[in-house]
Amino acid sequence: MGCSIAGIIDEKGNRFSGEKIICAIKKMYLRANGLGGGFAGYGIYPENSDDFCFHIIYNDEKSRENTESYLKHDFEIVKEEPIPTRTVKAIVNRPLLFRYFLRVKDEIKKQFYEMTEEDIVMRSVMKINGAQAGAFVISSGKNMGIFKGVGYAADIGKFYKLEEYSGYCWIAHDRFPTNTPGWWGGAHPFGLLNFSIVHNGEISSYGINKRYLEEFGYRLTLHTDSEAILYLFDLLLRKHKLPMSLAHKVLCPPLWSEIEKMPEDERKFYETLRIIYGSALINGPSAIIVSDGKMMFGFTDRLKLRPLVAARNGSKFYLASEECAIQEICPLKKGDVFFPKVGEPAIGKLRNTEQTRNKGTRNGHGKFRFSSV
Amino acid sequence: MIINSQNLTHKKLNEKIRSAVKSGINRIELKNVNGQRYIASGLKADVNIKIYGTAGNDLGSFMSGPEINVFGNAQDCVANTMDAGKIVVHGSVGDILGYGMRGGKVFIKDDAGYRAGIHIKSYKEMVPVIVIGGSVHDFFAEYMAGGIIILLGLDRNKKIAGNFIGTGMHGGTIYIRGKVETYQLGKEVSTVKFEETDNELIKKYLAEFCSSFNLDYRKIATQKFTKLKALHHRPYGTIYAY
Repeated sequence: MGCSIAGIIDEKGNRFSGEKIICAIKKMYLRANGLGGGFAGYGIYPENSDDFCFHIIYNDEKSRENTESYLKHDFEIVKEEPIPTRTVKAIVNRPLLFRYFLRVKDEIKKQFYEMTEEDIVMRSVMKINGAQAGAFVISSGKNMGIFKGVGYAADIGKFYKLEEYSGYCWIAHDRFPTNTPGWWGGAHPFGLLNFSIVHNGEISSYGINKRYLEEFGYRLTLHTDSEAILYLFDLLLRKHKLPMSLAHKVLCPPLWSEIEKMPEDERKFYETLRIIYGSALINGPSAIIVSDGKMMFGFTDRLKLRPLVAARNGSKFYLASEECAIQEICPLKKGDVFFPKVGEPAIGKLRNTEQTRNKGTRNGHGKFRFSSV
Repeated sequence: MIINSQNLTHKKLNEKIRSAVKSGINRIELKNVNGQRYIASGLKADVNIKIYGTAGNDLGSFMSGPEINVFGNAQDCVANTMDAGKIVVHGSVGDILGYGMRGGKVFIKDDAGYRAGIHIKSYKEMVPVIVIGGSVHDFFAEYMAGGIIILLGLDRNKKIAGNFIGTGMHGGTIYIRGKVETYQLGKEVSTVKFEETDNELIKKYLAEFCSSFNLDYRKIATQKFTKLKALHHRPYGTIYAY
């Protein structure tokens, strides 16, 4: 019964303390074994909201020196500091933890004129993480940050003093590693630019997904399958500019038996999608929560082999592996809770943030209206 | 006896229940339950337990005898391998309801998630019964080996069941109030003729279900039921045996 995931977004953008998400994930501690826990918070750095914030874990001072000189080459460092922590006995073998608020230097933008700022940041993250030199960028978005490590999530949250931060969206993970080692970089969430992801499950298509992603410049260095899902979202949403509903259909397409029953044009559309993006399909038991700072959505594998519960209350939207995690932080009335159906992501969205890239629309049945692509 | 379950771990809560049962108490109310697992698991006793709140995973697993009423929802794997007794949920339940259940009754007022009734089984006089008032998702009665499942779909705004109904089914009987499409059925089941004995059986369990939730039996009993049985006793027999 491994791993728990949870997420909260306030759709009006109201910020709230990290204490709530700690409380929710702590409720499901039985699903974890203390070998990894973590959180992503959005809206937590309003003073530096236009800067890219890198959270980096270092094995030693030497790797910090090397990485910082590399950062200085590409970025103007607006601010740098150790990530504040407190003593928590259960959290041992801590790496060095630093954060940097960064701006891409004008000369670098000129040098890589064919790339967007985000592409340049991604290139830097891949370079640092791929060098295997004891430095890992664990988050690199704007006005967001990932806090993770080896331990139960509740202890990790305490260690990073998350109750002192306030954000409008939080996701969390408590880990029970089965196939890959429990180490600081391997804890969830995984983050790249504004995307963060938590995952309960395993991806048996990892090899295919990895080879596919490497063709687009991603380097998978964190010894875990869940990392692949993150980069697939970055590729589909940011680079290929697919709307979220369609990206979800790429990762979790309808079964062939469902495609067979569709009207002809819809059937052709999904056949084509499965052919073009065959290598981006993720196969294996999964419950996943993703956020990009504008929305938070959760979904499961097509056969529903992992649990996911959703609830809406006031301006807040919740996702969790178990209902009790949501009840713990927000007493719910009957009807607030629902069980997302396979093939239909459960979505909470910041209001008044028009998804300009989102050209597709959704009809009332939650299906992507393919004709508008 | 009332037990305030707030801040109790599943272990402490179950210890309290067991020590109460041992001292001869036969009515227990659990207040402020939220997600504690294994409530009444393996409990072999004639005891009535009322749960207020959200019951955690594996409610009543392996239990033999108790009657449990949940005033709220229950999470995944309710009645896992349950032996005897009764679980009544005045709300909805998560996935894998009645996993491998081999006796007793489970009544769910509202909906059940994926794989409701997975691999329930029967032997001689041990015939487990599940009645679900609302709707279910995919893989309903997956690998069903015996027993009876009745699905009512009382909320007509929801589709009564998903796809792959009875996939791998090889025993027992499913009754669905109203109709399901052929494409919703797994490869191992088919609709069969409704007999007079089926009517009596449904009448009996429906009456009990309705009295559990104060529902009007006459309104529910008006609609016809679809009866599903397994096509084969050993659907995968030829795959593994030569």
